[in-house]
Amino acid sequence: MSIQVQEINKQFGSFTALNNVSLDFPTGELVALLGPSGCGKTTLLRVIAGLETADSGRVILEGEDASDTHVRERQVGFVFQHYALFRHMSVFENVAFGLRVKPRKERPNEAEINKRVHRLLELVQLDWLADRYPAQLSGGQRQRIALARALAVEPRVLLLDEPFGALDAKVRKELRRWLRRLHDELHVTSIFVTHDQEEALEVADRVVLMNKGRVEQVGTPQEVYEHPATPFVYGFLGAVNLFHGRVEGEHVKVGEATLPHDGRDADHGVEVVGFARPHELDIVTDLAETRGVEAVVSRVLAFGASARIELDALEGAAERGEPVHYEVVLTRERVAELALSEGQHVRLVPSSLRVFPREAA
Amino acid sequence: MSAAGILHGRVDARRFENNAATRESPWVRRAILGVALAFFVLFLVLPLVAVFAEALRKGWGTYVHALTDADALAAIRLTLLVAAVSVPLNLVFGVAAAWSIAKFEFRGKHFLTTLIDLPFSVSPVIAGLIFVLLFGAHGWFGAWLIAHDIKIIFAVPGIVLATVFITVPFIARELIPLMEAQGREEEEAATVLGANGFQTFWRVTLPNIKWGLLYGVILCNARAMGEFGAVSVVSGHIRGMTNTMPLHVEILYNEYNFAAAFAVASLLALLALVTLCLKSFIEWKASQAAKDTE
Ligand SMILES: Nc1ncnc2c1ncn2[C@@H]1O[C@H](COP(=O)(O)OP(=O)(O)OP(=O)(O)O)[C@@H](O)[C@H]1O
Ligand SMILES: [Mg+2]
Repeated sequence: MSIQVQEINKQFGSFTALNNVSLDFPTGELVALLGPSGCGKTTLLRVIAGLETADSGRVILEGEDASDTHVRERQVGFVFQHYALFRHMSVFENVAFGLRVKPRKERPNEAEINKRVHRLLELVQLDWLADRYPAQLSGGQRQRIALARALAVEPRVLLLDEPFGALDAKVRKELRRWLRRLHDELHVTSIFVTHDQEEALEVADRVVLMNKGRVEQVGTPQEVYEHPATPFVYGFLGAVNLFHGRVEGEHVKVGEATLPHDGRDADHGVEVVGFARPHELDIVTDLAETRGVEAVVSRVLAFGASARIELDALEGAAERGEPVHYEVVLTRERVAELALSEGQHVRLVPSSLRVFPREAA
Repeated sequence: MSAAGILHGRVDARRFENNAATRESPWVRRAILGVALAFFVLFLVLPLVAVFAEALRKGWGTYVHALTDADALAAIRLTLLVAAVSVPLNLVFGVAAAWSIAKFEFRGKHFLTTLIDLPFSVSPVIAGLIFVLLFGAHGWFGAWLIAHDIKIIFAVPGIVLATVFITVPFIARELIPLMEAQGREEEEAATVLGANGFQTFWRVTLPNIKWGLLYGVILCNARAMGEFGAVSVVSGHIRGMTNTMPLHVEILYNEYNFAAAFAVASLLALLALVTLCLKSFIEWKASQAAKDTE
């Protein structure tokens, strides 16, 4: 089932939780809603499910306006941020709940319920836990039971609110792969909320980036990572270095240095902020070079396949409102070749800067 | 488990006891314990023993006779009737009030919460007088009631009304914090899964509050059977008609019929003991349930 939301607004008192949000979720896709804490992800999900009513705007399910459709009839599966398993019911009864409350005409008989619940428990690989109570499960197990319970009613869309939020890094990784596989099997239109960018980029077909109740960008993981539409997206998707300067033709003048930029959004003379990811910077040790911005090495972290170098800006950067830290990722060979020492003055040379006008950043 | 501890406000006392840093010196502990025990014996145990001792002083025969007296039986019957009406009424009201206060936002919510506490803060005698003022022969609705030949004051309906009023807070007060702590998520989950309002209440809300509810019912029942002040004002003390057990005890006592008075009183004391046992059993059950669900 496809989902569209159109011009949704939602206020809590004087606080705007959703600000004119319009989105399209095509049938069968797995979409990630990504954004910092408090940006309105849960609220949007609840509006789609019908648990919250928007102040204005429409939710369209499969081409039909669902604004007046009761939560019960929307046929959504919702996995809550804190699972919300029925604490006094066994795992089996939790999963069977959706089937047991069906109107008598549609309700499957006991044997059928039994069969379907066990099939779902097998799907989430927890059949052996059927008789346990939620309190006796680990976080990851509760998570999967919550998912099985949501799937029991064969929902037409699946809404997952931070499904891996409360879990440790290793379990998260396992479960997110497992979710992807499950989605590939079932092909239910799914939206999952997360504030972990790595999770969103790794699992989703498409990523929706939200900030302060607004949609900042929608695209495939590759699109949003490689071509961030706004400074917020750039900053949110991974580590980033900022350079304040003014556009001069093909270059950005940052202090004394001139740096190349990617040529977008950059009229001559405009004050801009340039963005570069850590791997898009090189370090030169020859201070006589005119390229690049001068900085001081503060730490060299050389483990794993690549090395990370942390640098401080020269004195006075903070007073001018400019960034005071930089982060560069280089190959181990390059680091060995440079032979950096802490406290050494070097120059940072970005291969290319992505620039945004100063006020937008 | 730590969450369970915080939720139920129970900190294991042994943690303090076994910790040298928080342990009090022995004589301080003994002094405090001694005071508490002396108080306990003097004000709680002694009266209870006295009731049973007085009741049985003239032997079993008198005891049984006092209880099987027609007026005593009528008082017992009336007390049971009053409890049988007011407890279910307050059960329904208490659950409804707690549900709306704990799970919904609406205007006047604070006011309603305060209102529920009113019977606790008003003297029972005043509560009784309110009903006399409303339904008595010279009350607001007095003339109308007389014209339609309906008797409330100095009759069973008045006693039920006064008892209902007095026992309003017991169940609601017990449930509100419980329901607030549990939040709305499970109910929302049930609704998304297709359950209607009644199914959600019956299958999700009720099982989650059942021990708290039972606890409230027990306390409510104990008060309904034991209420004296408010009932005394509206009853009229008509023997065999509008006397509940506490009123009957008073009448017998005023007539210097001590053995009979204490015999009936011993029944009320017995009720109190049964209530206490049930109460601690339910507390134990509820803490087991809390352990299982945390
Ligand atoms: N019932 C409510 N009453 C008042 N404010 C609310 C309510 N629900 C949410 N908010 C506010 O709306 C904003 C968005 O909340 P929401 O739960 O959607 O955030 P979120 O993106 O899911 O955050 P998180 O990642 O922390 O879960 C928050 O600032 C929150 O304080
Ligand atoms: Mg949230």
